[in-house]
Amino acid sequence: MALSIPLSHYLTLAAILFTLGVFGIFLNRKNVIVILMSIELLLLAVNINFVAFSAQLADLAGQIFAMFVLTVAAAEAAIGLAIVVVYFRNRGSIEVEDINVMKG
Amino acid sequence: MTAALFVFYVLAIVTVAAAVMVIAARNPVHSVLFLILAFFNSAGLFLLTGAEFLAMALVVVYVGAVAVLFLFVVMMLDINFVQLREGFLQYLPVGVLVGVILLAELVLVLGTQAFAPGETAATAAAVPAQLTNTEALGRLLYTEYFYLFQAAGMVLLIAMIGAITLTLRHRPDARRQDIAAQVHRRREETLEVRKVRPRTGI
Repeated sequence: MALSIPLSHYLTLAAILFTLGVFGIFLNRKNVIVILMSIELLLLAVNINFVAFSAQLADLAGQIFAMFVLTVAAAEAAIGLAIVVVYFRNRGSIEVEDINVMKG
Repeated sequence: MTAALFVFYVLAIVTVAAAVMVIAARNPVHSVLFLILAFFNSAGLFLLTGAEFLAMALVVVYVGAVAVLFLFVVMMLDINFVQLREGFLQYLPVGVLVGVILLAELVLVLGTQAFAPGETAATAAAVPAQLTNTEALGRLLYTEYFYLFQAAGMVLLIAMIGAITLTLRHRPDARRQDIAAQVHRRREETLEVRKVRPRTGI
């Protein structure tokens, strides 16, 4: 299906979302949960790019790849949140700056 | 402005606003709710491009699973969020710097690139004419990308095992049912028959 909206619109939106995700990681240096959410935003931006290119080039491979990105994002969120829960149980805090016990 | 373009602008603006609120909200619960909003609007954007299956998968996987997982963790952990907000503005300058540089670079890439005229000649998997999006994706996924599909399943399985082994803890103080011990109980250990005389007691 041909794209009724110019490709550049989608790419600009994805660029803004990606920048917001990176910005969120810098802004919330202490809160691991918000950092994980920022990573989800980054992956969403990547997915938007994949789907937009897939529609523009009439090529389904982009959508297949976006689906795998979705899978990996779900796995990453599950593992990341499990680590956060275990860390909170052991230390009673999720501040990133406290996570330096393994510095050696 | 066509109707599609109008819908695109509405969805895109709400998505960006929700993304801003995700990283700027004071309360992480609100962050998660705004994340859900952003994902819903992105699903709408996917629908606009014709990627129907992916739009529904986004709603099911992200809104139904990942965002709810985030919500569970945020509400389960008793975290002092005010303390986590300390030094919030300390990293603002470097964050703005990195963000501006990144956005400028991305816009530069967007502005200078163009497709070659015969770009569709190199299509990896052309969109079939008479199939719905879901059916076309399924035909492709279960044939050409079958090994990748299996690998994705392995990733999910390992993630599940990892999450369980990470968070499972053995609590010695918890009282559990031990079926073997129950079955192997014998009558002599638990029951004693006494002859009780009247007016004496045991």
